[in-house]
Amino acid sequence: MAANMKAVKLRIKSVQSTMQITKAMELVASSKLRRAKERSDQCRPYFRELHQTLVDIAEGNTDFSSVYAKTSSNERCCYVVIAGDRGLAGGYNSNLFKALEAAAGDNRDYVVLPIGKKAVEYFQRRKVEILTEEFATVANISVADCFEIARLLCREYREGRFGHIELCYTEFVSMLSQRPEVYPMLPLTDLESTLNDVSGVAAPDGMGQNAGSGGEQKRVVRDLILYEPDSSEVFDAIVPEYLGGFIYGGVCDAVASELAARRNAMEAATSNAEEMIEKLNLSYNRARQSSITTEITEIVAGAEGVG
Amino acid sequence: MSSFPLKIGTPDGLLFEGDAERVVCRTITGDLAILAGHCNYCTAIGMGEAHVVFGDGTTRYAACIGGMLSVMNGTCRVLATTWEWKEDIDKNRAEDAKRRAEERLARQGLTDQEYANATAKLQRALVRLSVKQ
Repeated sequence: MAANMKAVKLRIKSVQSTMQITKAMELVASSKLRRAKERSDQCRPYFRELHQTLVDIAEGNTDFSSVYAKTSSNERCCYVVIAGDRGLAGGYNSNLFKALEAAAGDNRDYVVLPIGKKAVEYFQRRKVEILTEEFATVANISVADCFEIARLLCREYREGRFGHIELCYTEFVSMLSQRPEVYPMLPLTDLESTLNDVSGVAAPDGMGQNAGSGGEQKRVVRDLILYEPDSSEVFDAIVPEYLGGFIYGGVCDAVASELAARRNAMEAATSNAEEMIEKLNLSYNRARQSSITTEITEIVAGAEGVG
Repeated sequence: MSSFPLKIGTPDGLLFEGDAERVVCRTITGDLAILAGHCNYCTAIGMGEAHVVFGDGTTRYAACIGGMLSVMNGTCRVLATTWEWKEDIDKNRAEDAKRRAEERLARQGLTDQEYANATAKLQRALVRLSVKQ
């Protein structure tokens, strides 16, 4: 019995020290999360306006002279993947990679630009072509870095290394929910197709209604947009800005999501540890009690034998 | 004068959302003013001074660098890389930046990238200083 008691005691100790670690990680994550959430909240309106503007432009664009605007014949896709630097964040990283695999489908021929150590490791293991590993730590990415990434992407895009650019990151919905998303960024015609997808999803009830809205969309005459000095020059100037802004928004959201995911995972781990300690305490007390009972029985039996 | 909805945003947040009478800013081809009732329009922003006349008639000046300006169905969006209101500009910091950039440009043996960076820094500092004065 004594051996059992000792084993249980040791186990309690080890669970306690694990709990200490998870608790500390939870606290660190929540204090960092506050700052990250502020940054992401601050950036969100810009991100949304930027996206809205580009969608409007994609929708109304009739001038396809710019390389960024016309549909690409190159099927190859470049994914900008923003994952975390560290693990122990629940399903944060693996959910993102799963979403990416789902978006890529059977098509294995793609390039990635990983941001975050976990993303770099993942794609090295999968032997996927990596554009650059320069931006491996997501925590240190600044606005300037994002614009540098954007310039790099634009250069490679113009050279025709890939025909599509998509952004893959975890959207920060709330403290408790984060959703991995894949957004198309280039060419601009890709933006338009997502818009149609969204409107199709938004009105799923009734086939007739869908058909009606589809017909209406065809009837709408595209609003013409005036570009100054001309569309290709404007696109050459704004597309790198847009990509940079978009990636920065993604980074802000992804960092907040990672911390929120880690905080939730660590909270669950801490409460699990507490539960475990409670159970172990119970069995420890039982073992102690039964050993005392045995001792008493032995003493009584011995006394009776003497008497 | 009639006004129109205006949104000014940078990666650091949405700086202004409301009605304006006139927006003037420097684009890649020169200065440009947007008034109410403009057609759908899109251009890229260069580096320079910008000012906004608000719905109540007040005017605010700002340093505006990079980004895009678009008018869509009457709404004007200015999405700039940097947009600093005149009163928020730190003059000493801009002067320091200007001096540092000038020192760097005076040095020999710069790579193209370094040269481009220093020139851009100098230009930004000069824009800030000219707006502040």
